[in-house]
Amino acid sequence: MTAGPVPILAEGLTKTYGGFTAVDGIDLEVRRGEAFGVLGANGAGKSSTMRMIACVSPVTAGSLRILGRDSATDGAAIRARLGVVPQDDTIDGELTVRENLLIYGRYFGLSWKVLRERSARLLEFARLEDKAGDAVGTLSGGMRRRLTIARALINEPEIVLLDEPTTGLDPQARHLLWERLHRLKQDGVTLLLTTHYMDEAEQLCDRLVVMDAGRIVASGTPAELIARHTSREVLELKFAADERQVMIDKCRGLAERMEELPYRLLLYTDDGEETLAAVNARGVRPRTALIRRSTLEDVFLTLTGRSLVD
Amino acid sequence: MTVTANPPVRPRHGRPWTMVERNLMIYRHTWPVILAEIFEPLLYLLAFGLGIGALVGHVPGLRGDVPYPEFVAPALLATAAMNGAMNETTFNLYAKLTTDRTYESILTTPMSVRSVALGEVSWALLRGTLVSTAFLAVVSAFGLVHTPAALLVVPSALLIGFTFASTGLLVVTFLRSWQDFQLIQLVMLPMFLFATTFFPLNVYPRPIQVFIEALPLYHGIELTRAAFLGTTSAHLAVAVAYLALLGTAALTWAVHRLERTLRD
Ligand SMILES: Nc1ncnc2c1ncn2[C@@H]1O[C@H](COP(=O)(O)OP(=O)(O)O)[C@@H](O)[C@H]1O
Ligand SMILES: [Mg+2]
Repeated sequence: MTAGPVPILAEGLTKTYGGFTAVDGIDLEVRRGEAFGVLGANGAGKSSTMRMIACVSPVTAGSLRILGRDSATDGAAIRARLGVVPQDDTIDGELTVRENLLIYGRYFGLSWKVLRERSARLLEFARLEDKAGDAVGTLSGGMRRRLTIARALINEPEIVLLDEPTTGLDPQARHLLWERLHRLKQDGVTLLLTTHYMDEAEQLCDRLVVMDAGRIVASGTPAELIARHTSREVLELKFAADERQVMIDKCRGLAERMEELPYRLLLYTDDGEETLAAVNARGVRPRTALIRRSTLEDVFLTLTGRSLVD
Repeated sequence: MTVTANPPVRPRHGRPWTMVERNLMIYRHTWPVILAEIFEPLLYLLAFGLGIGALVGHVPGLRGDVPYPEFVAPALLATAAMNGAMNETTFNLYAKLTTDRTYESILTTPMSVRSVALGEVSWALLRGTLVSTAFLAVVSAFGLVHTPAALLVVPSALLIGFTFASTGLLVVTFLRSWQDFQLIQLVMLPMFLFATTFFPLNVYPRPIQVFIEALPLYHGIELTRAAFLGTTSAHLAVAVAYLALLGTAALTWAVHRLERTLRD
């Protein structure tokens, strides 16, 4: 489905707090039905961007149109058609699980009759049927997140914004969430999500941008980004602490690019085997050596010189 | 799950009433707290009305002489309306603004800051009406009510509730920490003690009278007392205007300030 206005269109989008610029003139275009990712380390400006798109935080400069409407003048009408999953769970602690869904739907002006039916369906979607009457304080982190997502769907939104949806969750809870997000996408919902997990971006996103210090430093599909910004393969070496520096010095010049991380040395190369042979030929004896394909993590490292999760 | 691009149900924009619904939902679990609010003025009435009443007997000057319990009862009702409203929009609201961050999620919906503010004030008013009606019922059961005009204390209490709920909403936007609540107490307690709650205005020297006449609670008590005793005077129009104006101004300013903090 490509008809209708562009879901999200931002030009020169800027956010400043006092004198500090958190989002520095970014351009974004999110297409209908796609899952779009914003990748960046802490403080990159992801949440500030999401909050502007959610029309909860005013735009400092630039233009932002959502579903064809101007965010500055049509905030309420836009919010009526969005689902928002903020970075920190903001579940109503004074209400039960089901009441959270019901009252949130009332804020959209939905009738009780519609809400009773939808909340039952969403409790099932979030696998929280057994918890419906419980206080939200008794929920685990994964359950709270699923409730927040279920809540964001109460108005059957056309776009769902998810700010770090799986941060702090255990692997099992993350996989369950990813599966639910895939289902949403299949249903035709446009997803915009931020993350600092590479695997999440690769799993979920059709296209993404990499943000650093309030700017977009790269954009494209995951495959395009990898092809454009990093080599095909990576040779990862680990050394014993005492000989680490000597070994690293010996490796210089063996690969197109080299990245020193606290516990690993990364050599970017198009042929990992060949580079490993060259490393061994120089008398470098790593404790472990691993050849793998490049990932978005490597793209991020290349672009920003920092790893995503510190 | 089917999420369609053409939702069959057109969502309407959030209205203040839904904030009241949220509070009602919570009160379904915690309704006994409202009993405490009715109990408090009754306790004062018992202690002061009967205790001091036994010593002073009647208060001269108003519609002949008024028995002391009938003098304090409407003032205690005005005070209860004030405290109930203030507590709701200062104490409860501060918790929702800071620790609970209740409004963050509400404001991701079509609800506006104005709707949220009006809704919270409406809720404070609804609670106040409940408390003042119950209080009126109890004191009339004690035989303190002699005129049907006493029913007018309910709308009077509503107006007092509006003034103080709005003022509380404005005050809460200036609070920096929980410690600041002591400053609120520092204003509220003397107001409670001096705004002709327990003594008529004429016991004070003139300069203090002027000060008391500037207090919003004084005007509130004038209203409830007039209704309760069935008296009228030109001053009542002044009282109504004062309370309505103060409430509206405070509410307008509070919404403006909340807009700035909640939509940063
Ligand atoms: N309300 C705010 N007031 C002042 N500074 C803020 C505010 N929100 C975020 N910032 C600052 O803006 C920068 C970007 O923050 P944020 O958008 O939360 O980044 P991210 O979500 O990528 O971690 C950070 O340096 C943060 O400290
Ligand atoms: Mg963030």
